[in-house]
Amino acid sequence: MRGTSPTRRAPLLAIYATLVFAFIYLPIVVLILYSFNRDGVGGFPPRQLTLDWYRQLFADGPLWDSVLNSLLVACGAVALSLALGLLAALALDRASFPGKALFRRLVLLPLILPGIITGLSLLMFVVFAGMQLSLLTVFLGHGTALISVATTEIFAGLQKLDRAQEEASLDLGATPWRTFWRITLPNLRLSLIAAGLLIFTLSMDEIAVTFFLLGRDNTLPLEIWARLRRGITPEINAISTLIFAVSVALIIVWYRIRMRSVGSGAQQLLERP
Amino acid sequence: MYSRTYKTIVAAPPLLWVGLFLLLPYTLMFAHSFWAVQDGTLVHHWNLANYQKLFTNPLYAGVLFRTMRIAASVTLCSLLLGYPLAYYLSFHSGTRKELLYQLVIVPLWVSYLVRGYAWKTILGSDGVLNGFLQYFHFTHAPVGFLLYSPFAVVLMLTHIYTPFVFLPIYASIEHIPRSLVEASQDLGAGPAPTFFRVILPLSMPGLLAGATFAFVLSLGDFLAPLLVGGSSGTMIANIVQTLFGASYDWPLGAAISVCILVITLSLLFLTERLEKRWSFK
Amino acid sequence: MSGAANPQAASLDAKGPLLEVRAAAKRFGTRDVLKNISLNIASGEFLTLLGESGSGKTTLLRLIAGFEQPTGGEIWMAGERLDTLPPYRRRVNTVFQNYALFPHLNVRDNVAYGLRAQGALKSDIPGRVDEALRMVKMAEFAGARPATLSGGQQQRVALARALINRPKLLLLDEPLSALDANLRKQMQGELKALQREVGITFLFVTHDQEEAMALSDRIALLRDGTLEQVASPREIYARPATAYTAQFIGQTNLLRGEIRGSIATCGALRWPVEDADGPAVFSLRPEAIRLCTDGTRQISEVKFRASVRQQIYAGASELLEMDCGEGQLLRVRLPACGPMNGEREFVFAIADAIRVEN
Repeated sequence: MRGTSPTRRAPLLAIYATLVFAFIYLPIVVLILYSFNRDGVGGFPPRQLTLDWYRQLFADGPLWDSVLNSLLVACGAVALSLALGLLAALALDRASFPGKALFRRLVLLPLILPGIITGLSLLMFVVFAGMQLSLLTVFLGHGTALISVATTEIFAGLQKLDRAQEEASLDLGATPWRTFWRITLPNLRLSLIAAGLLIFTLSMDEIAVTFFLLGRDNTLPLEIWARLRRGITPEINAISTLIFAVSVALIIVWYRIRMRSVGSGAQQLLERP
Repeated sequence: MYSRTYKTIVAAPPLLWVGLFLLLPYTLMFAHSFWAVQDGTLVHHWNLANYQKLFTNPLYAGVLFRTMRIAASVTLCSLLLGYPLAYYLSFHSGTRKELLYQLVIVPLWVSYLVRGYAWKTILGSDGVLNGFLQYFHFTHAPVGFLLYSPFAVVLMLTHIYTPFVFLPIYASIEHIPRSLVEASQDLGAGPAPTFFRVILPLSMPGLLAGATFAFVLSLGDFLAPLLVGGSSGTMIANIVQTLFGASYDWPLGAAISVCILVITLSLLFLTERLEKRWSFK
Repeated sequence: MSGAANPQAASLDAKGPLLEVRAAAKRFGTRDVLKNISLNIASGEFLTLLGESGSGKTTLLRLIAGFEQPTGGEIWMAGERLDTLPPYRRRVNTVFQNYALFPHLNVRDNVAYGLRAQGALKSDIPGRVDEALRMVKMAEFAGARPATLSGGQQQRVALARALINRPKLLLLDEPLSALDANLRKQMQGELKALQREVGITFLFVTHDQEEAMALSDRIALLRDGTLEQVASPREIYARPATAYTAQFIGQTNLLRGEIRGSIATCGALRWPVEDADGPAVFSLRPEAIRLCTDGTRQISEVKFRASVRQQIYAGASELLEMDCGEGQLLRVRLPACGPMNGEREFVFAIADAIRVEN
């Protein structure tokens, strides 16, 4: 029935919660604020608002090259991990094979392990296989590590799928192949879109694995990273603000989708790391 | 219902891929930890020297100990921030629940780097916080100890992992049937006993999941120390990263990685056990 | 704190009602779930709140338990204002609909929970827990976790847990609805016996009218947040006050018509009444109608002809649906009589046609 609370009012708890929210949002607010500050990143209070840093940002060739690199890698990673994640989820849901338990744990491992472990393992593999470090290896790394995300998300979608629908399709004379394309896949549409968005965001932001697999071309986070090591300017605040804005836009898209598939797997994924 | 062909088609590609690109790399890491470097080249000469070095050189134990301490602090702080927040949202936020929930989620999607960078600009000796303190004459000279310290690492990682810790706790508090809370009150238990005897034990799986997550990810973090930690905030993963970079001693780096991996996996195994004990299905 | 410790309250207890609900109202947002409910419950009584889902019966229970606050009115128990106390200060305990047993505690600790919460003497606890478990025949399951118990067993544990604090009033929120039919019948009997044994006042919520009839001293029928009728099962069945009550409790025929010049006319049926002129509704139970085999009727009876439309066999009795002409259909319950068809003559006593409010 209706939720009741152990105590009706809890003013102290409310103040505490507000402070936690302040702690969570303070850095983000500071970051955005100082991206408009003419005098640089430090100092207080910020004075003389300007858009100069954004102007500088838009004229910054190498930075936009890195954005393009990140987009390439992210799109590739989405395609690769969705395809393999879909198959892995189907296998986990429907097939039984030796080593299934091991397989499930292995697929999810990159999600749970610190990025450096996965990154280094892949680095050793790349060197072992005699490959050159490049955007391709970054793509392979992201694509492989993020199969975990795709699998969890799509597996959750499969759990909600009513098997009777597929049985009905087969019963009505559709081949398994046709049933897969006409029934199974459309039912997983929302999970696939949601997983894709999540993977895209995670890939755009990935540092730990990328750090070890990168060749000559930087992705956006590593370009920022490289600049941070040289010193900080509000231009980095500006690009961070833009990243924040794009993230928020993606979240809104994501929630729109989630509204339609209540209780999606990404939530479970985050709730049960 | 699904034919053998169907099962083979769906299972084979991910199995092969995961075997080649996950199992093999992890195995390679394991193998590297038993190899050696001679005259700047890797030799496949099986030995235990790396592990010997690891356990005898106090430098590694010291850094590992500091790393554990930092990870434990991060875990504790995230729990102290995340648990009351989850409790508040679940029981006291009323109609604003959904909105507040999303407000906690949003920072999860904001780049790790962006959030770390923000702390750097706040804590630096000519950063925002120092500017603020001097502007209001709390201090006259910049406070230097804020940035480049274990404190900064804990602060930054706590900031990053609080929402992560919040999520599973919130989920498990939300899953507690409200009738159990009512039953407790009905039987004469006030708010505090109800919390400690019913809500806390039943939210234990979420608490454990969140804590494991924060601890494990902090344990393997090497970016926060580089960003805000300075030399006094160096963590075990930084040593690994150096060994794989400038120092070029992959076998030793791999050995340390294997240690991190073993600690992580045993923790995961342990908490999985504990979570099962605390879930009463 | 509790009423029993107060001699004045105890004397009130003896004379007045145990629980008084005075003009209680509850509004959720813009929806009035309870409107101006006044209800007294006597000490030792078994009172059932009966109603369809959404009638407000559970809300009323939750007001008394303290999980919701009334938006109007007051609730008193044994001379003490109840609605201002938090749930954990009320000498009222609840058996929840899905039992709400604590999954992380075993049966013994579930039952002991209330004693511990009330700060009972440590040395008293095991004895009282054992006694409570014996009372519900669950002593051998003391160490079990709730998840390993069947529905009926969980039900017993929930009862023991709620009774151990010796409440003045026990609230039961559809406690039998999760059980299958046979077990339900059995538990009804045990519940009634248990109530006699412990002598505690029971306030029982159900949507099942048969259950209400079988268990209660009195039934309070709720409809859309108001009390439709409060009476003993026999009275509420024999003398329903409203058409809604008559239909909700048992089966009935509602005869709609009018009274003019001391004659009631409902379709093809006419009989003398003493009420004033105007439209009228009567309730006539199917079993009040009987077959007229010899063609005669008493002066106090009404005779009519009707043809059989449908016959439903129910073992000891049969339910006939009869067409009296002019589209008027009547249900008639007869002792098992074999297949029937064609036109038949029936009679019913005028006294059995109960005038009800629409």
